[in-house]
Amino acid sequence: MSDTANIHLDTNESTSRGSTRPEDRATKIRLEHVEKRYPGTKQPAVASLSLDILEGEILVLVGPSGCGKSTTLRLINRMIEPTGGRIFLDEEDVTKANPDKLRRRIGYVIQQIGLFPHQTIAQNIATVPKMLKWDKKKIAERSDQLLSVVGLDPEVYRDRYPKELSGGQAQRVGVARALGADPEIMLMDEPFGAIDPITRDRLQNEFLRVQAEIRKTIVFVTHDIDEAIKMGDRIAILGEQSVIRQVDTPERILAFPVDEFVRDFIGEGSTLKGLHFETVREDVQLDPYPTMHLTDRPAEARARAQEAQTDWVLLLDGDEHPIRWVPVSELDSGNDVTAESGTEVLAKVSIGATLFEALEQMLISEAAVSPVVREDGSFYGVVRLTHLNKAIRRARLEAREHYEQLETT
Amino acid sequence: MTAATGAQGRIGYEGQDADNPELQEGHRPATGGPSHEASWLRRARANHLGLKLAPVGIALLALVVYLYYQSLGLNDAVIQLRSSLEWGTKLWPQTLQHLQIAFWSTLLVVVVAIPLGIMLTRPPLRRYGPAIVAVANSGQALPAYGLLILFLSLLGQGKWTVIWALTLYALLPVLRNTMVGLDGVDRNIIEAGRGMGLTRMQALTKIELPLAVPVILAGVRVAMILNIGMATLAFLIGGGGLGVTINSGLKLQQDPVLIIGAALVAIVALTFDWIGALAETYLRPKGV
Repeated sequence: MSDTANIHLDTNESTSRGSTRPEDRATKIRLEHVEKRYPGTKQPAVASLSLDILEGEILVLVGPSGCGKSTTLRLINRMIEPTGGRIFLDEEDVTKANPDKLRRRIGYVIQQIGLFPHQTIAQNIATVPKMLKWDKKKIAERSDQLLSVVGLDPEVYRDRYPKELSGGQAQRVGVARALGADPEIMLMDEPFGAIDPITRDRLQNEFLRVQAEIRKTIVFVTHDIDEAIKMGDRIAILGEQSVIRQVDTPERILAFPVDEFVRDFIGEGSTLKGLHFETVREDVQLDPYPTMHLTDRPAEARARAQEAQTDWVLLLDGDEHPIRWVPVSELDSGNDVTAESGTEVLAKVSIGATLFEALEQMLISEAAVSPVVREDGSFYGVVRLTHLNKAIRRARLEAREHYEQLETT
Repeated sequence: MTAATGAQGRIGYEGQDADNPELQEGHRPATGGPSHEASWLRRARANHLGLKLAPVGIALLALVVYLYYQSLGLNDAVIQLRSSLEWGTKLWPQTLQHLQIAFWSTLLVVVVAIPLGIMLTRPPLRRYGPAIVAVANSGQALPAYGLLILFLSLLGQGKWTVIWALTLYALLPVLRNTMVGLDGVDRNIIEAGRGMGLTRMQALTKIELPLAVPVILAGVRVAMILNIGMATLAFLIGGGGLGVTINSGLKLQQDPVLIIGAALVAIVALTFDWIGALAETYLRPKGV
């Protein structure tokens, strides 16, 4: 960590989702040269795909329409039979296992949800537990518990029929049903694709919250790179015939797209998106900023501003909360500084916020910096544009070094 | 009957149905009729008004027939009239025969057509579906009379010849509705079920068939009514039924005989149509 760039690089892997580094985790699903070739076609739909999916991660398969990502997903639970290669779950070769029994071990969520309209919500959720012959009491408890997990009140919803639900509620039930028998693996095929943007955002957030607790191994298909960046611990960007163009953490893919295809696919604004993955943290020193209290003499504050070469002084109240930006010119006037001087501090970020939020606040801030406050609201330091710049450049450098290291080994 | 009068009482009043879940069902776009339908009609449908009034109508018709029968003064009538209309030896046994023919032929239709329809919607036999439907179609296109004669030449006289002929005749609606009903089940629902580990058989019995029940039942109802109507021709090849009475009414030029025979067929047909409608309403899976 360099001295000047005080923003700590912080990845999803290490803190926000509380997981260990990907390298340390066991492989849950291993695809070995899996291939799907439909009779009478020259090109295989999926050509020799090899991929390890680690325990407890969300791996997102993302790619343009028709690239075979859904086919790939359906090869894992053998909804589509592979024509070549092998599939392992927990080191067990399931390429020839009984597909019906295999699927009862794997949760499956599809975009169209597919709830059984003639069964109540509770009966829908009980589908797999019933097939596994759980006893009735356990099933009832489980379905109530799962409804609570996905944010639906069991008292209200358990005896309803699917047609009485909104799209968002139906997909919550879809997720609960997939979790029915507590499978270790979940396959999700554009689960939030048919839901309006606001509800989708909420479902995504809730799903990430649930996943932080249940820690399933999830393969998630989407065509939306932003959803992939948001949901994925790792992202596999697929080209034609499901060929993997790049598979890595979202921040590394954003910082270092390996080729033109990936760069095109992630599109413009990848640098800005990268700011989502870096946060303002407490254990590092942010830039100081000249501050003053109402009791301070203006001349002293002026001297501090001059020393720090800033045009503004941040006025703090008795609790050290930043309240006003006071321009240096006002300090020169000889008048006392009051709670009415300068302009109000509208933009500030808390410790733990992402650099993306910090940038947003910076853009609307009077002094073009984002004041950072501790949890209790007291002033901690400021984020400047140079911080963002350095953070981005270091992320790129680290990603590049990572790939160079990969090449040499 | 309290429910029926309640429904009638509500006709014409807007905005009183908020607390009536049965009515709200009818207002949902998924189950409600076309939106331009008059609101009283929608209400009537939601309350199954027709279903409740039908037995009343049938009972009234039976009463009228009974009064007419009594007014004929059979004890003093000519022998042709009296012997044809004797309840204990003619009309009642014929009604029973009629019902037997309709019952057995409908049962056979169900036993043959539903499994056939299931098989013809499964992948291995799917491609033969259109061909089989075409054959069943021609079965119905054949004049019923011709079909009866054809079976007469194959199986000889008797009730069972009629039953087999009617089975073939009424196969199509059930077969076609079974296939349409099963094909009409949302593929995504089946896909989700299979994806959770339902076997093909479980997907069929737990998802596809329950969801296809309304369509299949509609076909069975059509077949039943067809069979009750066609059983009137059973007398042609010695199968009995109410057709005998109608025929003697024609032959002997006794209008009362003709009328009583036809009215009894109508009562039987209406009654069974009502039973079919009941089944369609109450066997429909909840939530659909």
